[in-house]
Amino acid sequence: MIRTSRFDLLARIGAAVLAAIILAAVVMPLFVPPDDPHPVDALLPPGAGHLFGTDQVGRDVFNRVLYGARTSLTIALAVLVLAALVGVTLGVLAGYSGGWIRDVIMRVTDVFLAFPALLLALALAAVLQPSVTTVIVAIAATWWPWYTRLTASVAASVARRGYVDAARCLGVRTPAIVFRHVLPNSITPVLVQLSLDAGGVILTAAALSYLGLGAQEPAAEWGLMIEQGESLFTTKWWVVTLPGLAILLTAFAFNSLGEGLRAALDPRRLTR
Amino acid sequence: MARYLARRLGQAVLVVFGVVALTFVIMRLLPGDPAIAYAGPKASAADLAAARARFGLDAPIPVQLWNYVRDLAAGDLGTSLHTRQPVADDLTLAFPASLELVGAALIFAVAVGLPLGVLAARYKTRFPDFTVRLSSMLAVSVPVFWLALAVRTLFSSVLGWFPVAGEYDAALDSTSPLHVYTNITAVDALFTGNWPMLGSTLHHLVLPALVVAAYPAGVIAQLTRAALIEESAQDHARMARALGFGETAVLTRFSLRPVLNPVLSLIALVFAYSIVNGFLVEAVFNWPGLGRYAADSIRTLDTPAIAGVTLLVALLYVLANLIVDLLQGVVDPRARTR
Repeated sequence: MIRTSRFDLLARIGAAVLAAIILAAVVMPLFVPPDDPHPVDALLPPGAGHLFGTDQVGRDVFNRVLYGARTSLTIALAVLVLAALVGVTLGVLAGYSGGWIRDVIMRVTDVFLAFPALLLALALAAVLQPSVTTVIVAIAATWWPWYTRLTASVAASVARRGYVDAARCLGVRTPAIVFRHVLPNSITPVLVQLSLDAGGVILTAAALSYLGLGAQEPAAEWGLMIEQGESLFTTKWWVVTLPGLAILLTAFAFNSLGEGLRAALDPRRLTR
Repeated sequence: MARYLARRLGQAVLVVFGVVALTFVIMRLLPGDPAIAYAGPKASAADLAAARARFGLDAPIPVQLWNYVRDLAAGDLGTSLHTRQPVADDLTLAFPASLELVGAALIFAVAVGLPLGVLAARYKTRFPDFTVRLSSMLAVSVPVFWLALAVRTLFSSVLGWFPVAGEYDAALDSTSPLHVYTNITAVDALFTGNWPMLGSTLHHLVLPALVVAAYPAGVIAQLTRAALIEESAQDHARMARALGFGETAVLTRFSLRPVLNPVLSLIALVFAYSIVNGFLVEAVFNWPGLGRYAADSIRTLDTPAIAGVTLLVALLYVLANLIVDLLQGVVDPRARTR
């Protein structure tokens, strides 16, 4: 029920920026190979040959920012899919079954929610070897409880609806009730939350990479690029500024789009 | 109310036990063997065994967990491997510095975010509203470590308006030394009348606090705007309008009060988040807080220190949540049944 007229300017800007980023991340690398180091061309300022200039070892910064988009979007997608799978499964289980199962699951999520995502991810990333996979696992491990909470409250109310009782009276088995009735009717708020959370995941992943716990050289990753260029900021601003702007724009696009989706799907607004 | 209080406190205690257990698990998973780190790389097998026995690492896991809980209850967080000091002592030095940074940031965030939220609600769907929404959305989307680097480069390195790093000018330690009471430098300097120290601390505080404030200021503006718009559609606001009050008066005199309640809750919740976000800012500005301590601990695989920081921040978060819920319970009776 998303009518475009309900979408305000900010959400439209977000959607347009996001479309451009996805296009750049998916299509551009098909035509442009990843740039190799050319030490002769190191630290050239932005200009005709290199739109965003070159980095410490002479790689084109624009090229690396493009490939960085690929890394960031992949991480965000993987984290959200993993977290949503675990979170929604436990949430539906808690919400539908109720009783002590619900209590146990909810107390466990309370414990995980007590650790701010970056902190738990920091501790986990220190346990595992630094890599993109580590970042994905560490962030997913901190993100799932939100979806459990969200799904549990919706599923609990769905489970008490008349059509669920009717299905049960007709002898429909529990798994069928859960998958055919409870799950589809509990999933919308999760989908909205996912688009709102993608920005947060990208920011957390960039922070972990910046701290050296994520992608490693020679991978193109925005947080890593900022960490590597940090000491050059005063003199060679483009090495650090452009990857930072890329993170900002991507997070902004997801956040604005998510806000817009939430507003458009808010049932109270539909009736007003 | 008493029943609500008891139930909510019981829940908090359960969560604290869970937090302790999870911290213990993460600690046991950490790669560095504390015994090797303590005894040194060239230690003999006998030395290693002695170090293991010293830290209680030769006991079965459940016994180790029990020992850990027992030590925690006595305020003993173990000994840091990189500072060789009790972790509890390290934290009492580092935490006040983080508190100073985040406290200043939250004061700034409220001072900016709240009026901007009101402004946006007053001119809903018009230009000021769009500007506020755009800038608050950018503020919550900016990577904080990058903002810290950019701000430091521009205002300290290039323009030279603010110091590049640290909490105060180190030379002041000899010319006007600080009497330490709370370990929060700005507060101690204020109450002992140490003006040079206070000036230097505030001067050092401006940039990192502004950077940490970006996220809370953004969410406070967004929430204030949304809640005010909802509140000003209520009957009591329409009543005020019917009585002839102007739109600005309706917002600030009638709708703002009920909105402050969710905003206060948000501030408590955003506090723990800002402490962790502050970690990255502390690293950039070399602020002597928890973040720098955590970064040093992770680099040296200092298990007890990492566990100490993790535990402290998680407990802060549980506490902030508890305070929010109890306040809500006092203010709003409907919250008690939830």
